[in-house]
Amino acid sequence: MVPIMFGITIITFIVIHLAPGEPTDRMTEMNPKASAAAKQRMREMYHLDKPLHVQYGLWISRLVVLDFGRSFSPDARPVLDKIAERLPITIFINVTSLVLIFIMSIPIGVFSATHPGSAFDRGSTLFVFIGFSAPGFWLALLLMILFGVQLGWLPISGIRSIYYEQYTTWGKIIDLARHLLMPVLLSSLTSLAFLSRITRQNMLEVIRQDYITTARAKGCHEKSVYYRHALRNALLPIVTIVGLSIPSLIGGSVIFETIFSIPGMGQLFYESVMSRDYPLVMGILVIGATLTLIGNLVADLSYAIADPRIKYE
Amino acid sequence: MSNGSSGSFWNHVWNRLKGDSFAMTGGAIVLFLFSVALLAPFISPYDPSDVNTSILLEPPNLKHWLGTDELGRDVLSRMIYGARISLMVGFISVGIATVIGIIVGAISGYYGGLVDEVMMRFVDVMLTFPTFFLILAVIAMLEPSIVNVMIVIGLTGWMGVARLVRAEFLSLKERDFIPAARSIGQRDIIIIFRHLLPNAMAPVLVSATLGIAGAILTESALSFLGIGVQPPTPSWGSILTEGKNYIEFAWWLSVFPGLAILITVLAYNLLGESLRDALDTRLG
Repeated sequence: MVPIMFGITIITFIVIHLAPGEPTDRMTEMNPKASAAAKQRMREMYHLDKPLHVQYGLWISRLVVLDFGRSFSPDARPVLDKIAERLPITIFINVTSLVLIFIMSIPIGVFSATHPGSAFDRGSTLFVFIGFSAPGFWLALLLMILFGVQLGWLPISGIRSIYYEQYTTWGKIIDLARHLLMPVLLSSLTSLAFLSRITRQNMLEVIRQDYITTARAKGCHEKSVYYRHALRNALLPIVTIVGLSIPSLIGGSVIFETIFSIPGMGQLFYESVMSRDYPLVMGILVIGATLTLIGNLVADLSYAIADPRIKYE
Repeated sequence: MSNGSSGSFWNHVWNRLKGDSFAMTGGAIVLFLFSVALLAPFISPYDPSDVNTSILLEPPNLKHWLGTDELGRDVLSRMIYGARISLMVGFISVGIATVIGIIVGAISGYYGGLVDEVMMRFVDVMLTFPTFFLILAVIAMLEPSIVNVMIVIGLTGWMGVARLVRAEFLSLKERDFIPAARSIGQRDIIIIFRHLLPNAMAPVLVSATLGIAGAILTESALSFLGIGVQPPTPSWGSILTEGKNYIEFAWWLSVFPGLAILITVLAYNLLGESLRDALDTRLG
């Protein structure tokens, strides 16, 4: 954990310093009135006058006490506050997507594998290929026009209506669900397709194993062969793959939050990158990577639960 | 690879691919796109950057099969030239990723020990970043351009290849032909490139084919966010972006480029999956 966190901060620091010039160039070019003296003050404030390794040291020493610095934007708020208010919705969308991916891809994959060549199998194969080939932002655009504009069934931006405060608790939940339905479905699509495919492949492979033949030979019911003997073994690699798909899921939130104007971390990241708000970009990179790390840890732990042969000390 | 020389191995793979309708469909589409990209100046009906204010936002018709955009440019011509961008992005960025991945994986797998440990930890770190965040940050810092897009997609996409090559090397180097090569005094570099790498290429080929699909998707998403290929260069992603403001009354500007991306990515995915089956390899 610790060496990886260290590596994350190093890469983040390098990325930010790839930019030609200094962060202050950007700030002062936006504001022609900024004097040389102001620029100098800014440099000192962010230690830009120090050598790189000193800058890194100062940054990391603040980072360990969770001080991510202040945003370059006019409000100059602490980076951590800005991220903290955006994080819950992003986590909510991603966790919902993960749950959806998990509960849908496994039955699809298992059913395809146990009925190879059936209409369902061919249909789901088609869905899978289109699912991981379609550009998500394009589907988002089309669905937005169809369901949001033409049919008017679903709202197309934000996470709540203007009358949100007047709704009952139940009304609020429905309102939120209506806003998040398209973003969640779209952000799950790629991983859903991918995992259905992997589940199918794993199942097909497991079914060929000797112990499945043994189970059949001893007279196990076909259903019990699939669900008790095969599924659990087929699921093991899937847990790992779910863990591995977390970075792309979080990464995708930039696109969907931007399209649907969802005030989450993805949208904040896009804004911060476009305005070169360096402290904010660095903060989100570190926090995004940490989230993945936590996700992988959860995946490892569930792996241990799913596979009794693995024990973590 | 039990069936003798590598020539017969690839013959065998080709025979399996020939009988696979997925592979043939994917291959045909890829071949078609190659020809379109190559022949763009000859087959495109108009100049892709010809502005004509008398035919703004015309729906598809006989003169302009896929309609015109908000500057009166012919959408079909722009898409034909856009095919060049997506091919270039796909091949160059995957080329970069594959070269880096092979080098890192080969060194890691061949030498093992501390080198391996350090490199694999580095791979782990790279894999914890939400990929798109990293790409977005780097491109925005470097100024968006097609060259930067290709470099960054390559630099952030090599980790899978590195792991594959390393895993292949770990198992291959235990085989008899490696100590044999060493015993006649061959240098490491020869052993790595002449003896080990050719035997480790099958999974790399599969992952590169699927990688092209991913790179094309990433480029289009970046162009969509306005930090990929910059106007007036036509890329499918940028045609879509320019068109999205008119989507309610000029659907053709959004539908056709999106379909082109979908079909292209689908073709590489079909090809990659069939290759995986034909080479009988699994990606971990």
